[in-house]
Amino acid sequence: MTLTNKTPASRSALAQRGGSALGDRVFSWWTLGTGLLVLAILGLILITTVREAWPAFDAMGPRFLTERIWDPNPATGEAIFGALSFAYGTAISSLIALLFAVPVSVGIALFLTELAPRRLRGPAVTVIDLLAAVPSVVFGLWGILVVAPAMVPVYQGLHDLLGGVPVLGRLFGPVSSGRNFMTAGLILAIMITPIVTSITREVFSTVPRADKDAALALGATRWEMIRGAVFPHSFGGVVGAVMLGLGRAMGETIAVALVIGGATNISANLFAPGNSMAAVIVQQFGESTGTFTAALIGLGVVLFAMTVLINVLAQTVVRRAEARMKGSVA
Amino acid sequence: MASNDTDLTTRPSVTVHAPGSTASGVEPTGAPVMQLRDVSVYYGSYEAVRGTTMPIQQNQVTAMIGPSGCGKSTVLRALNRMNDPIPGARVSGDVLFHGQDLYARDVDPIQVRRRIGMVFQKPNPFPKSIYDNVAYGLRINGIKGRLDDHVEEALTKAALWDEVKDKVRKSALALSGGQQQRLCIARTIAVKPEVILMDEPCSALDPIATAKIEDLMFELTSDYTIVIVTHNMQQAARVSHYTAFFTAEVDDKQVRHGRLVEFSQTGKLFTNPTDKRTEDYITGRFG
Repeated sequence: MTLTNKTPASRSALAQRGGSALGDRVFSWWTLGTGLLVLAILGLILITTVREAWPAFDAMGPRFLTERIWDPNPATGEAIFGALSFAYGTAISSLIALLFAVPVSVGIALFLTELAPRRLRGPAVTVIDLLAAVPSVVFGLWGILVVAPAMVPVYQGLHDLLGGVPVLGRLFGPVSSGRNFMTAGLILAIMITPIVTSITREVFSTVPRADKDAALALGATRWEMIRGAVFPHSFGGVVGAVMLGLGRAMGETIAVALVIGGATNISANLFAPGNSMAAVIVQQFGESTGTFTAALIGLGVVLFAMTVLINVLAQTVVRRAEARMKGSVA
Repeated sequence: MASNDTDLTTRPSVTVHAPGSTASGVEPTGAPVMQLRDVSVYYGSYEAVRGTTMPIQQNQVTAMIGPSGCGKSTVLRALNRMNDPIPGARVSGDVLFHGQDLYARDVDPIQVRRRIGMVFQKPNPFPKSIYDNVAYGLRINGIKGRLDDHVEEALTKAALWDEVKDKVRKSALALSGGQQQRLCIARTIAVKPEVILMDEPCSALDPIATAKIEDLMFELTSDYTIVIVTHNMQQAARVSHYTAFFTAEVDDKQVRHGRLVEFSQTGKLFTNPTDKRTEDYITGRFG
């Protein structure tokens, strides 16, 4: 058959096939549409929350961010809405969560990808994923009924041991109850471990066999192989996993509300009660009206902004670190 | 590492067996640096390669050729215990290195690989700079002295220094495939092994890059012993002093095994093979 043959049959062989071309168009519109939908929803959330929060922003001005006092119903004078204490509570409890969850998650992921016998991997993954399926209110109740009381002697012991050390001792101040920044951080750590583990494991399992073989063939021990071949390959992905965990920790509401202690407080003392933005919203939204409601929505806006900021920061860090590690590709 | 130069154990004990005997039909140029004696490799209960006996002569290139699935790569990986991480992989028989069995209980595979390096089929530099790729092995092996000098020496020996000396801090991934493979060779010789195993090192490279690697192999034999697995018979004929021809055999239970058919000096194997199967393969009637 030649292309210059002008019979109808041969021409149609090169013509567009109607059915599949339509399918292609539908598919591309569908994917474009869903992609735009996400952006639209994000944009709408931002616009409406800022608008709803405006009365509070208007009343407080930049003080909304710098003021540590939160007093919706003062005996005399104007109500004061400062987000700083709660932003601090969100940051410190999430930070504690990362501090515990990341090493544990990376350890579990390494064990599952590099060390565990094949038949142990499946069950272990199932158990960890089950942890992710536990509702957060259950974690909160477990935290308030079991963990908080049980940890008091531990906190007390740490305070007795380290409380006198200069600078460091300020982190391990007096213990008033089991409900504090530390307990909130611990509960959050347990809650984010499954997601961080799961993604880290996926990332580690994409390290090419060839890279690991290369390290081993140079006389690397298993740990040297992990440091030399697995970590450089996985850095970006692990940071991504940590960011997802951090996002979940910062946004966690009910579990934190139950165990963080419910105090408007900025303190270096990890054993002091405090509050987080998400927890305050869920605790106070039901009884709020007017500017008070606006201020709570304002907390939501600040939380949203913080999350976005941290993610952008993390992406920059990853790009820089990867460029440094690989050497520039130019 | 212990002071004894041939000691591969983590503890300073000495386990030296009798020196390996040489295979029949081959005139050795000296005591072989390695000796395989009735080596079989298993994956679980499957015997992938059966009963291989052959020497690896010092400062010579030994080629392993044969059709796909004949077990030549499997045997190669058994020479520095690279099969160890594969679940169920097992070796029987003796793999002797300076007379010491590499699979003896007290031998540390880390030390084995430090002395018997490996270059792989696909160039696999780490996603790091050229410098760090070469320095990696030096660092983990705690090699003393000026790192810069060692890196330059290794890159020079791998015939890569002139091409990369102005960009050693740049990514190794920006190099061409042939340069990457020479970098992998540099990385291997940086830790100063005695034997370098090469698993089809040119199969992903173009003819010019291949020629450069072949020239390099010839130069490296002054310091190193090389074992190369190759699909390319012309390459084996060009670069090697000894050639081992493997093939896949089906036994009475219909199970395929890799088998060493013939081992001899390369010139003899290609011009005057003893075995009919070798002749069929090298003349292109099979495989």
